[in-house]
Amino acid sequence: MILGKVVGTVVSSATRIDFPGAGFLLIEKCSQSGELKNDYVVALDLVGAGKGEMVMVSEGSTARETPATVGKPLDAIVVGIVDLIDENEKVVYQK
Amino acid sequence: MILARVTGTVVSSHKPRKLEGIAFLLVEKIDPVTMKGKGDFVVAMDSVGAGIGEIVFYVSGSSARFTPVTEGVPTDCSIIAIVDLIEKDGSFTYRKDNTAI
Repeated sequence: MILGKVVGTVVSSATRIDFPGAGFLLIEKCSQSGELKNDYVVALDLVGAGKGEMVMVSEGSTARETPATVGKPLDAIVVGIVDLIDENEKVVYQK
Repeated sequence: MILARVTGTVVSSHKPRKLEGIAFLLVEKIDPVTMKGKGDFVVAMDSVGAGIGEIVFYVSGSSARFTPVTEGVPTDCSIIAIVDLIEKDGSFTYRKDNTAI
């Protein structure tokens, strides 16, 4: 999984696939302390993540392993909202 | 999924029979803030009927085989959606149709 911050949304009406979840989010990858990396990925939101929240994004075939996304052409899904990260016994990110 | 702009088509007459009738598009990855191309291109199969100049997002890896068009087809990159809007930090960085809002 990678860490990223929700920075926006991507809307598409022209798709033939019925996607579950709460739509597509624009995620900017970030470090464990929340520094943005200017690298973006579009991920399907399964957890209802909000603007500015740090999330975990599962990429690759794993994105099809949830009950809602089985058999769907997806390679990135938001699987969790991060509350806290500690690194070497020091809190580096807190929501 | 990665955002990209359709910049052209790729034509191949010598390919497996399973690939017949599927369009190959040349897409350039974009920065969703500036909407400029990154100079990084991939060939993607089209499952939505995207046209040149349109902003799309594509799925890569094994998931590319899970669209209705590319089921069982040897592809690792499929366009799954044409983008109408991209919103970042409360403002639109891209709107396909200005009357859409």
